[in-house]
Parts: sequence; C-alpha cells; structure tokens
Amino acid sequence: MKEYKTISEVSGPLVYVDIDEPVAYDEMVEIETPDGEVKRGQVLESSDEFVAIQVFEGTEGIGQDASVRFLGETLKMPVTEDLLGRVLDGSGQPIDGGPDIVPEERRDIVGEAINPHAREYPEEFIQTGVSAIDGMNTLVRGQKLPIFSASGLPHSDLALQIARQASVPEEEASEEGGSEFAVVFGAMGITAEEANEFMEDFERTGALERSVVFMNLADDPAVERTVTPRMALTTAEYLAFEKDYHVLVILTDMTNYCEALREIGAAREEVPGRRGYPGYMYTDLAQLYERAGRIEGREGSVTQIPILTMPGDDDTHPIPDLTGYITEGQIMMDRDLNSQGVTPPVNVLPSLSRLMDDGIGEGLTREDHGDVSDQLYAAYAEGEDLRDLVNIVGREALSDRDNLYLDFADRFEAEFVDQGFDTNRSVEETLDLGWELLSLFPKEELNRVDEELIEQYYVEDEAEAEEAAAAD
Amino acid sequence: MSQAEEITDSGVIESVSGPVVTATDLDAQMNDVVYVGDEGLMGEVIEIEGEVTTIQVYEETSGISPGGPVDNTGEPLTVDLGPGMLDSIYDGVQRPLDVLQGEMGAFLDRGVDAPGIDLEKEWSFEPVVEEGDHVEAGDVLGTVDETVSIEHKVLVPPRSDGGEVTEVNAGEYTVDEPVAVLDSGEEIAMRQEWPVRRARPSKDKHTPRTPLVTGQRIQDGLFPLAKGGTAAIPGPFGSGKTVTQQQLAKWSDADIVVYIGCGERGNEMTEVIEDFPELEDPQTGNPLMARTCLIANTSNMPVAARESCIYTGITIAEYYRDMGYDVALMADSTSRWAEAMREISSRLEEMPGEEGYPAYLAARLAQFYERAGLYTTLNDDEGSVSVVGAVSPPGGDFSEPVTQNTLRIVKTFWALDADLAERRHFPAINWNESYSLYKDQLDDWWRENVSEDFPEVRQWAVDVLDEETELQEIVQLVGKDALPDDQQLTLEVARYLREAWLQQNALHDVDTNCEPAKTYKMLTAIKTFNDAAFDALEAGVPVDEIQNVDAAPRLNRMGVQEDWDEYIEELKDDLTAQLRDLY
Repeated sequence: MKEYKTISEVSGPLVYVDIDEPVAYDEMVEIETPDGEVKRGQVLESSDEFVAIQVFEGTEGIGQDASVRFLGETLKMPVTEDLLGRVLDGSGQPIDGGPDIVPEERRDIVGEAINPHAREYPEEFIQTGVSAIDGMNTLVRGQKLPIFSASGLPHSDLALQIARQASVPEEEASEEGGSEFAVVFGAMGITAEEANEFMEDFERTGALERSVVFMNLADDPAVERTVTPRMALTTAEYLAFEKDYHVLVILTDMTNYCEALREIGAAREEVPGRRGYPGYMYTDLAQLYERAGRIEGREGSVTQIPILTMPGDDDTHPIPDLTGYITEGQIMMDRDLNSQGVTPPVNVLPSLSRLMDDGIGEGLTREDHGDVSDQLYAAYAEGEDLRDLVNIVGREALSDRDNLYLDFADRFEAEFVDQGFDTNRSVEETLDLGWELLSLFPKEELNRVDEELIEQYYVEDEAEAEEAAAAD
Repeated sequence: MSQAEEITDSGVIESVSGPVVTATDLDAQMNDVVYVGDEGLMGEVIEIEGEVTTIQVYEETSGISPGGPVDNTGEPLTVDLGPGMLDSIYDGVQRPLDVLQGEMGAFLDRGVDAPGIDLEKEWSFEPVVEEGDHVEAGDVLGTVDETVSIEHKVLVPPRSDGGEVTEVNAGEYTVDEPVAVLDSGEEIAMRQEWPVRRARPSKDKHTPRTPLVTGQRIQDGLFPLAKGGTAAIPGPFGSGKTVTQQQLAKWSDADIVVYIGCGERGNEMTEVIEDFPELEDPQTGNPLMARTCLIANTSNMPVAARESCIYTGITIAEYYRDMGYDVALMADSTSRWAEAMREISSRLEEMPGEEGYPAYLAARLAQFYERAGLYTTLNDDEGSVSVVGAVSPPGGDFSEPVTQNTLRIVKTFWALDADLAERRHFPAINWNESYSLYKDQLDDWWRENVSEDFPEVRQWAVDVLDEETELQEIVQLVGKDALPDDQQLTLEVARYLREAWLQQNALHDVDTNCEPAKTYKMLTAIKTFNDAAFDALEAGVPVDEIQNVDAAPRLNRMGVQEDWDEYIEELKDDLTAQLRDLY
C-alpha cells in the first residue's frame, strides 16, 4: 500500500493530495496526522495528478505533513444478522461496548439500483395503529413515507409510536413462522438528548433487540452524515433481502444530511442549485429513498420513514420539495394542531400516501376503506374552508349544512386524529370511528361512498340524534 | 441499445468526477459512444477540447480510476428498431430490463450490455411487395404480427437509396436476416438502427384536426389535445401527475403508447409493469401491453442515462409513426430530464443560465417537443406523435425555468393544483389556469362525431365555472346566504359541474374511462337541471326547494353508470318533471 505525504491543500472537509499512481473514484482513504490520529475519508474526484478527498472525521490536525494511505477499495459496511441489538456510530463502528462485529459479508455502501422489472409492487398493509395514518394515509410494506415536520414538533414521538406498533394484521393471525420485523435506525446530527429519548424508548419497549442503531450526533463530524444513511440502508437491504426480515428504516433528520451535502458542495466550489444546495441533490436523495421496496421472490422488505424538519415550516424549501418528489407521499405535522394539543398533530389534508389505494380495500383492510377515507377528506377539507369564513361572518350567518361541516371538522380532529401517542387502534376501529363521524351527515351528503356501503355501515342513531338536537 | 460492432480507437482515462470522465489520446467525434474502464461502462462524448475528451457515463463510476482504457465505437448513441419493442421495458439506453434481470439479478450491476430487440427470435414475415417492384426509403416491404394488437410494418430504411426488389420471400426470419434484396445489392433486414438525437425524416408536417381522445372528461371536454399535439402537465408533488399520465397511457385512443419514466419512482414503474398486462386496451380489447413500450430510468439509476431516455423514447415513437400509426408519448417527468442536463452541465463547469440550468435548456426542450406532430411519412401515409410531458416545478412554482420554457412550446396546458388534490378533487386539473389552443381546430370533429351543439354546451359550462370563481370571492366575504337567489343557484349548478362532471374516479371500473358521447351527455344532464331550475326560480320557487329536489343528487352518480345513456335520459326526465312540479 502506497503512502503519500504530498497534501497540497486542506479546505473545509476536503484534502487535496498529489499522487503519481492512479486512484479510483470513491476509493477509501486513511489519513494519519503527525500525532498518530487516523482519520478516514473518501475520494471525491480523481485525476492522474491529484485527488480530492472528503474526510469524515473533520480535518483538524491535518497538515501538509500528514500521511495519506489509499486502501484500494470503496467504502464497505460489514453486515451480519448479529448487528441486531447493536449500537454503532455514524460510520459503522460499535459504540455500545459490545464485542467486535464479525461480518458475514462486506457490502459496498453505495448500493446498486433495484431493477424496476425485479421489483414487486408494495401492497401489503402495515397497521401503525395511528388513525390519521391507517385510515387516511395508509403505509404499505416497501413504501418510503417521510414525516415532514418542523422544529419543536413531536415527530420523534410519532416515529417511535410507529416503530412500536407497526404490524401486519393478517400475518399475526395466520402463522408465527412469517418474516420477522426489524428496525434500522439512522440518526444524523440529532442532539444527544433526542438520541437518549430514542434509546430509552427502544430499551423500555424491548425494541432494541430487533434494532440496529446508527448514531451520528450533532457534534459528530458533518461529513460523516453523508455515509450514515448509506450504512443504515446497506444493513437494511442485507437483513431484508438475505435474511428475510421486514425492515423499517427510520432516518432522522434528513435536513442535517442535506446540510452536510451543501457543506461539501461549497467546499468544492461547485455551481450551487437552489438555495445553495448542490444541483445533484435530487439524484443523491433518490439514491437513498429508492432503496426502499420489495423484490420478486424475496421474503423481506425495506420500508422507509425518513424524518425531516422543514426550515421555516416551508414545504417548498428544496429539502422537503425534492423529498416529496421522490417519496411515495408524506405525513405532515402541523404546528396549529400541536398547539391545540392534538397528538399526533398530523394534518391529513396535505398528507398523502401514494401507495394507499393498492394496499387497502376488500381482503386487505376492509371494503369501505377507500370510500370512507375519500369522504372524510372531502368533508374535512370543506370544514376547514368554512373555518376561514366563520372568522369573518360568524356561525349564525352560515347555513345548517355549513354548520354541520364545521362540527364535523372539530370532531374529526378531537376524536379521529387526537388519539395520543400510546393508543394503538386497529384499522377496524379506525374505520368504525370514521363512520361514526360521517353519520353526522344525512346520507345524501355522502357522495363519495358507494350506496351499498352506506346501507351497511351508516350509523343511523347518530344522525337522528343530531337531527333531534338541531330541531331543539 | 444497438450493439457496437467494432472499436475504432482507444484512449486513457485522465480524471473521474461522478458521471463525468475525461480521457486523453482519444480520437472521437461529438456524441460518439465509448466504453470506459476495464468494466466497459457505456458513455457518450459530450465535449472535446484539445487533447481532452469529456464523457458522460451511463453507469455508476465508483471504483473507476485514471489510467484505465476508453474504447471508442465511433458511432453516436443509436437504438435498435424492429419488431419486439412493444411489450418491452427498457432502461434509458434501450437495454431490456427483463434481460438484465436474467443476467445480473434483482440489482442493476455494471458493464452489462444487451441488444434492444431479441436477435434470436424468429418472426413470420409476409411481403406486400413483389420481385420487380420499385421501392424507396420509407416504403413498406412487408408485415410482421408484432403483438396481438399491432401489425409491424417492415420499412425500407430512411437512408436507403431504394431500387428494384430482386428477392423477397415470406417466411420465418430473425431480425438480422435479410427479408429483401434490392438490385443495388442492398440487403434489408427487419432491424434498423437510428441515432437517438436526430429526428427521423418525414415528408411534411400538418395541422392536427383530430383529438387524442383521452377518456378523461376534463381533458376531452375542456382542454383537448390533438393527435400530433403537445401538452404539458405541471404540478407540485402529490397533485397527481403520474396518475394523470398513466390514465392517458391506459385510455387514450392512440395506436401505440411509449411511456417514459424519467427519473421517477421505481415502485411506480413496477405498478405499470404489473398493471398494464392485465388491463384491456379500450379500442381492441387486447392486453394494454400489446401496444405499449416502457422506458424506465428511475431516479436512482445513473443520471446520464436519464438524460438520454427521452431521446430513446421519442425515436421509438417516430419509428412507429413512420408505419402510419398514431403514437402517444408520455414523459414523466421532463423536469428530471432537465435536472440531469443541469447536473452534467455543472460537472462540466459550464456557465449556468437561470437557476443553474444550462443556457441550452430552452433549445433542448423545444427540439424535443418539435419532434411531435402529424406527419406525412416518407411512404405518403399519415402518422402522428403526440407528446405529453409532465413537469415537476420545485415548490409548485410555475415561474421556474422548466415550466416556463415548456409553456412557450406546448399548446395544451393541464395545470395540476395542490389545493384540488388536497380535497381529493381528481383529476386535480385547475380549470381556471389550464388551456388548450387546439380547441377551435378540433370543434369540427366534435360536431361531426358527437353532437352538433357540443362547442356551445362546453362554452356554457366554462361560463358557469368562471362565474362561480367570481362568486366564490364574494362568498368568502359575506357567506353564501347573502347572495341573491339566482347566484346561489349558479353556485349549485357549478358544484354539480365540478363534482359530477370534472371529477372522475380513476380507480372506479366504469368511471375511469369516459367516452366522448358520455362526456357530452353528462354535461347536457347538468344543463337540463340548470335550465329547469332557472325556470322554476323565475316562476317564484324558493332556491332551497330547487336545491333539495330529489333527483338532483343523482347527477353525482352519472359517471359510475355502465348504462349511462338510459340512466341520464331517465334522470333528465325526472329532473324536469320534479322541478316543474314545484310550481
């Protein structure tokens, strides 16, 4: 292995080294500082005279007298089933004091794209026990469904609730021998306090046993964050497609990841795209998010729930915007609902699950699911609109019909969405609750629901009671 | 993609940065296809400067190092054209994904090449010319049953000099075996090659006068697209671009559909691959895949191949156009294509234009859309390529460069609206912002094929919707009850237009596809309600009573009726009678 002492420039997270033998693009590098510290990095640009290296652990202490070793291979993640239950740092080294990891395989962390022809379309319903998700924005296996949050909102609690409660109803009933469930948790630049919250919850609920945790904390080097999700996803793919686990990958916080990308882009003096983020951020994010899915003939699946905080609550900011274009929907957290004390504060209107339609209905959840959710959406949207109007003209100026929609919107938030972080509702409970609320309306108003379903599920008493109340 | 026959020259890799590689000592022309490194990754020459040649590589460049070889094929990026393209799914450089899966498993490995069409398969060729006939470039030599739906016409290649046919026989041939020989000695096989960045030649381009019937009420009824026309569907994420595109691919009355998934989601392509073989083509009743060619370059596949997939798609579309077919091409999404250009441009350190996009963005978009049109083909037949491009504007802001440059070219604009999508009004096409410049030239078709008064009824609907928009502003301030009765009634009629006519449920077996006659008839039902209701109002009936007439909510169920003709007739009678009874 050739060692160079020819560093020509150190700039931010980047080190430029003059070389006399070709070095491969993406190759791993070790840099030893004069006081013996070894830092790892990766080749970002390679030409026949020099290479640019991004250093994961920060460039402090690197000077022109540091020595550089090229390891002759790209960054690999040692994978084994024994990773379950382990806590690793952002670049894959154990930090839980446990034994060394004996890998069964070492995998390239970049990961190859799944051939679209080899994919299996995700249509297995995952019950999260959260009505706003199960009822209105159903999650399915192999989906990537991010949580769009903002600073100060309880996205971590929701992520934990999903990790805790997620199950596939019919499988529980039928066989025990089905695929097991595992969680891969990738933390990027979160605070030690948040990390503790996650760890405590994992330990309290016993979830740690079936989890692999990657921790890159806020004070860890930013550049390391660019490899953390790739490590996590490589592990997830291995567990899913080699060991038949159903893996739920939680990545938090993608905003920190994107900041790190921007930092590297700026250090390389690249032409920036929108708001200083690199022009290739869409491709880069896609290479992470697209690693969710199912593959024909394999048991396991990778489901992703990335969490991101929208800077300034702005969903047109490049990070949520590009994410929304890649992922299959989004769960929106809402500041107003949060201040009203609704937990989880999910605003269902801008939320969406693109794979919902194929994961619900007869034989999957229940035959009325699609219609109920459409009708709830439409009714809640109408109620929301009317709220603006009420602020101006007052309730008295509105028709009875309008008042009904306002009541509905209030009850929808209070009863359907606000369930608390500890309540686990089955999808039947969620749908029945939906019907209870829809039955506020006379049957003719339910124009999104099939007539037969109305006959079957409509809760008569409710309407009568309501009518009686109105008559009083 | 077509197979490279020989290597004309070799060079040495000088530097690697993502998908951009530079090489020295390479004798190459612009756009030549080269193979990079020991693994032979496919790339294309995009810049030549002195000794240095810049290459965009269609595969992941991890592990490629300077000093490695670069082999030049001396040919531009070409596609294989011939029978076997329908019912196929390709990546951005026309490698069949099912073949790749067989060769390298579920994940896409590098350096594997595969011909775009099956070279082994034998097709049954039926000649339509005889020995002694004179043929020229573009003429039909014979036919092959490519799929149950499509008869593939074997054409004399556009660059041929033509001549007298000296030998032509029916029989079983592979795509490379000559099916005809000309007196010039030229042997013509079924397989042709064509460089993707060059439009295939034709004789003439005309003004299109037939609509591409999409089966979607708002699109056919209000904002039609012509066969040979261009349309853009811009919309923020979650507004239903992909569903709208897929609906067009499913129900439009084109002969051939080329669907390009450009930088979009893998699962979406899988859905198409799984759904289309099971769906029926509304025209022929055959499986939908039998008329469809899919090109899938998902967002995590190499960015350079994303740049080329649009060209691969349009070239295939033009090839079927030359056989006299009406081809519809859906590109989802052109923004990803533009971003691929931006990414490569920025790696080349070109001077950026607006928002970092290269200065040639507008030109490239125009070149692409201009390849659409209604053409007289070389053999004097008529064929068309209609192009529908989805646009994904960042933050849903239509003022960004890709949307703006697209709007300068296309004539139909279907603006998707996040607000409508949020209240589950689908298709979420905003009727105030959208437009179609084909409307007038297609009116004759509607008069002839659907109803003499269609343009007038449509105008009535547009007027009601416009009036509603204005009234809504007032309602926002004072509430609906403060409006005079006639305006309240207008709002009610507009509500039915929106809910019963504009909305269409893509997931409902019947409602998903709506033929023009039904589109028209549903509209007349709402107009019947409108007319009878205003008569009643004039006769002094209070607006509440009119609104609560029993039959009215049945308007909302028109879309899902299989026996719509009967249902609507009955409904019209009931509406008229019940409203008449009020006074």
